[in-house]
Amino acid sequence: MRRFALIAVPYIWLLALFLVPFLIVFKISLSDIALARPPYMPQFSWADGVWDFLSQLDLENFTFLASDDLYWKAYLSSLKIALTSTVITLFVAYPIAYGMARAPQEWRPTLMMLVILPFWTSFLIRVYSWMGILSNEGFLNQFLLGIGAISEPLTILNTNSAVYIGIVYTYLPFMILPIYAALDRLDASLIEAAEDLGCSRLQAFWLVTIPLSKNGIIAGSFLVFIPALGEFVIPSLLGGSGTLMIGKVLWEEFFNNRDWPVASAVAVVLLLILIIPIVLFQRNQQKQSEEES
Amino acid sequence: MTRLSWFNVTSLTLGFAFLYLPMVILVIFSFNESRLVTVWAGFSTKWYGELLGNEAFLDAAWVTLKVAVFSSTLATVLGTMAAYVLVRGRRFPGRTLFSGMIYAPLVMPEVITGLSLLLLFIGIGLDRGVMTIVLAHTTFAMCYVSVVVSSRLMTFDRSLEEAALDLGCSPFEAFRLVTLPIIAPAVISGWLLAFTLSLDDLVIASFAAGPSATTLPIKIFSAVRLGVSPEINALSTIMIAIVTVGVITASLISKQNAVRQQRDEQTAARTA
Repeated sequence: MRRFALIAVPYIWLLALFLVPFLIVFKISLSDIALARPPYMPQFSWADGVWDFLSQLDLENFTFLASDDLYWKAYLSSLKIALTSTVITLFVAYPIAYGMARAPQEWRPTLMMLVILPFWTSFLIRVYSWMGILSNEGFLNQFLLGIGAISEPLTILNTNSAVYIGIVYTYLPFMILPIYAALDRLDASLIEAAEDLGCSRLQAFWLVTIPLSKNGIIAGSFLVFIPALGEFVIPSLLGGSGTLMIGKVLWEEFFNNRDWPVASAVAVVLLLILIIPIVLFQRNQQKQSEEES
Repeated sequence: MTRLSWFNVTSLTLGFAFLYLPMVILVIFSFNESRLVTVWAGFSTKWYGELLGNEAFLDAAWVTLKVAVFSSTLATVLGTMAAYVLVRGRRFPGRTLFSGMIYAPLVMPEVITGLSLLLLFIGIGLDRGVMTIVLAHTTFAMCYVSVVVSSRLMTFDRSLEEAALDLGCSPFEAFRLVTLPIIAPAVISGWLLAFTLSLDDLVIASFAAGPSATTLPIKIFSAVRLGVSPEINALSTIMIAIVTVGVITASLISKQNAVRQQRDEQTAARTA
């Protein structure tokens, strides 16, 4: 009996508050917008019967998404922004992780803590902190004007560049940690062996260090790419009106346009796009844990 | 690998400057006399005073704290149960679906989680307010707790539990007297994680909260949408200070525990 309760309580909780809500989203994505409360139809009622209810569902919202340029552009530009910022994050994170792995043993716990600390700090605040830096009269422009690098302030805030900076900044720890973990396990004698056998340091890095930290690079890239794709806070605070990201489109469709069926359809398509990287990520993690054991 | 080259030092310095400089600037300008957040006009703590006089912010902070305490406690109980079932339990029908539902919320975009919960709450006619935010936060936080606790359960020696059972404990007593004390650090860090996730969350709370409840992140978001403001800088500074003190204390305590445990083990080895 106790065993049953132990399984049933979290199971039922997740069914009721994770799976069922998602099925509702799916159902509403097949419904039509209506001037009612709640603003969609059909509403299910036992009196009309199940068949009558099902026959009113259709794929209209999805054909609408496919025919309207806005949504195509939003999905594509989300993919582009997420992909590009993942690559930039990798190039920023790798030297940091590499430096941490070469630091003296007694420094490493402190360096680790310094990487993790921002993760505990509010995401919203970390994004907000860039608004004062990137604005026209912000610190970056003051600094660049001060040293004479530019003669007129650069417009960065409310453009896609600010979105890239925001994503790289907030997700950097997710990239550093797995790469550091991979580099930390790397056997230093392998690099010495490569150098003894005539590799230059750069060749040894390219032929030994990079391939052996591959798993960390892959894991980190997924950890940045997956959340960046559906990001809402960064494009709405740092991006401009021209920044199209699907998380923001969904939010506006729901809260501003009050078109719940279309918002639901946007969510369903986003999830379909995300399934591919999520499955690949799971496989990579599984392969990695098998290799270790 | 302990030769720090010139390149390593530079990349570490630049990297940590990039991570910390924005927050340092934020903190410095919370003490600025002027309303303009980018021009220094002398030291002042007036924005902190104004913040403490702002009742809307204080109310939102109180709601946020309540939600975080309730949801993280509930999430810790549910998440620990789920982890125990997944790691220790025998097979049961629907186990794959269960583990899928534990991992899926970790990668689900917040906008989708929020939207789906809101549609559920409206569908079943639940009034939105503090309670619905607690339900929403508990659901995604329990998955994080479960991941943290299962990784601890996987590494600890199962024969300890078996010994307790052999010595006459009921399964529940074995859990309470043997398993729980061993996984306690993971349970505590799970709770802390759930607590900070709840304090932090803007997107899911915006969907789950009706017009009657406002959390601090929702309040901050609507304020900063209009631009940078010194009150928000002051508020951010307070939050950064709490987190920093909390994380440093937690890491000092765990370090101390590790040292003590090592000493106990050495004493035990000597007397044996």
